[in-house]
Amino acid sequence: MTTEETIPPKAAAGSACEACPAHHAANLIRLGVNMANWDFVVALAGNPNTGKTTVFNHLTGLRQHTGNWPGKTVVRAEGGFAYGGDRYKLVDLPGTYSLLSTSDDEEVARDFILFGSPDVTIVVVDATVLERNLNLVLQVLEITDRAIVCLNLMDEVQRRGMAVDERRLARDLGVPVVPTIARRNEGIPELLQAVADVAFGRVVCKPHRISSPPGLKAALGGLTDEVSAAFPGLPNARWVALRLLEGDPRIAEAVRSGEIADLGRHLSTRSAFATSSVAQEVGQ
Amino acid sequence: MQEHTPSEKILERVGALRWKAGHDFHDELVESLYTDAARIADRAVTRKGERGRFDMDRTIDRLVTSRWLGFPLMLLMLTVVFWLTIEGANYPSAMLATLLVDTVRPLLHSGATTIGLPWWLSGLLIDGIYLAMAWVISVMLPPMAIFFPLFTLLEDFGYLPRVAFNLDGLFRRAGAHGKQALTMAMGFGCNAAAIVSTRVIDSPRERLIAIITNNFALCNGRWPTQILVATIFIGGLAPAHLAGLVSAAAVVSVAVLGIVLTFVVSWALSRTVLKGEASAFSLELPPYRPPQILRTIYTSVIDRTLIVLWRAVVFAIPAGAVIWLASNIQVADLSLAEHFINFTGPFGAFVGLNGVILLAYVIAIPANEIVIPTILMLTVLTARLAGAGDGAGVMFEPDSLEANAEVLRAGGWTLLTAINLMLFSLVHNPCSTTIYTIYRETKSAKWTTVATLLPVVMGFVMCFVVAQVWRLFS
Repeated sequence: MTTEETIPPKAAAGSACEACPAHHAANLIRLGVNMANWDFVVALAGNPNTGKTTVFNHLTGLRQHTGNWPGKTVVRAEGGFAYGGDRYKLVDLPGTYSLLSTSDDEEVARDFILFGSPDVTIVVVDATVLERNLNLVLQVLEITDRAIVCLNLMDEVQRRGMAVDERRLARDLGVPVVPTIARRNEGIPELLQAVADVAFGRVVCKPHRISSPPGLKAALGGLTDEVSAAFPGLPNARWVALRLLEGDPRIAEAVRSGEIADLGRHLSTRSAFATSSVAQEVGQ
Repeated sequence: MQEHTPSEKILERVGALRWKAGHDFHDELVESLYTDAARIADRAVTRKGERGRFDMDRTIDRLVTSRWLGFPLMLLMLTVVFWLTIEGANYPSAMLATLLVDTVRPLLHSGATTIGLPWWLSGLLIDGIYLAMAWVISVMLPPMAIFFPLFTLLEDFGYLPRVAFNLDGLFRRAGAHGKQALTMAMGFGCNAAAIVSTRVIDSPRERLIAIITNNFALCNGRWPTQILVATIFIGGLAPAHLAGLVSAAAVVSVAVLGIVLTFVVSWALSRTVLKGEASAFSLELPPYRPPQILRTIYTSVIDRTLIVLWRAVVFAIPAGAVIWLASNIQVADLSLAEHFINFTGPFGAFVGLNGVILLAYVIAIPANEIVIPTILMLTVLTARLAGAGDGAGVMFEPDSLEANAEVLRAGGWTLLTAINLMLFSLVHNPCSTTIYTIYRETKSAKWTTVATLLPVVMGFVMCFVVAQVWRLFS
């Protein structure tokens, strides 16, 4: 087994993107706790102990203490960075296995992805145990369609003689997948580029949606239509319908109070903003 | 707003659907989630020879989590860490004390005389505030600069989840949550941070148990007290070449006692006021990762050592002033400190401590870090040791440990005082930051009071029992 075989994209991306000015890591300006006037909000989600905080530290230049044990981050940490002239606010969410149950840390993560309306959500996954990590990825993709999978710990994958086909994965998930070794800063420039691409809408995701459980199909379909009719512009009507069927009190409350509608409005104004920025960039 | 009608209509429909369907939506959803995840992962991952390193992890895990070797290995590892700390901190501590107390302090005094500061001002500034800071730095910096990086290396290596794994069964039998092992381990760093970290425990009952018992995990501020007292009084009993090891063993015993108390109190709480079953959870044993030694040393020195030291220095400044004022304001021929010490002395002696220790713990409520410096200063200032007219600190000689020992012996300390101080340092009220954090996390004055007073009462009872037994046999 050779090294190139296991992580081809890095070498490939490296040569192909040389010409692209945004590629160079020098474009990254770590802003630490200075998050004023951000253009985009980026959330970092993922299972516990996959290296979210390591990615966070690399991007912001902050030194949140990282630890090799799950549950290290229980409150969300925020920091800033600038890339290609745009300012990003990065939010490190607590590590969770799912967004379905109701423990405090899962609620912090879910509420932020849903109501904090991040422009991009990076899901950091442990590539050595992909299947378990995908459970969370799929749940995130139900909520937001602006997501990136950061396939971390690729060195462990190599060491174990495994290989992960990230193109296949990207195709199946419908979102960009970037392999990284965050500890050694490998793949971070590619990750940044992917963040910028999704933030500006240069890459449009078509996220995989969980197959409707057979028993739910009929009920879900009708309800989803009703939700999208009542709240136009909502990007995750089906997910809202699912949560309602499951009896999630927080979501029922958001529907009752109309908080859900703000979500749709917020997203549509933001994509208008993003489009105008792209236009500006093209104009230059 | 026309939204109201559609919203209500949707919710009504949901109610009807949920009523009619009757089956478990959650299970069905989770099932299709798992199916999809398995299918996608299966297509993307190839395992050619999934072996090698994984085997090594398994071998280490089999050792450190084994039924027979798990606990001995844990104790051994802790002992080695403390032994390195104690042996390594000795010399730099002495050097810092010589520099800050024996060299700089007289210079400051002569400077103060030259510019004609009144005695009370130079006393307050130099013998109060400066001396407290100098003591905090020389007593605390070296052990922390060794202990924290070592502990952080173990943490980064991935050892803590294994400790949690070993302790899980015991916590469950105590009626507490297995994740409490992790929050307890966090408490070995800082109780306030650990109490925030109990948010990983979902059940409010188990979370309260974790919060109340977290204080039994020795924190940053208390390690130096343990290490210093153990080195002076317990290491002193052993022949010189074994002194370090014996002191390390003493510190480990106190830490283990703290873990035992965590179980006992958790068990008692879950059988009485916080009744309930322990909930299940899955704990992941992450792969061992080679620690990044230089980075770890850097971050643990910057983030932990200097922050803790800074906090200690910040609290030492007002404490130094309070100590000096209390020792120098005379009421009816005695200083305020002496009044307090004489007043509480009988009670202190009753529980095998003394008035100085009790006063030190009152002054140190904001930060446990300053207990030892406060005790040293109070002993020097109130015991009117040689050259007391000159203020404190004159006792210091190049070998600071011996000097500290002399100060304490002159203050009437015995082995019993030392042992009880170590016990009381383990079992007493949390520092004010932690108390505030407990209140913020529980939002309950009642549980905050319980978490604060329970350990103080336990501490006094424990010291009393030890003193009685001790006196019975000596």
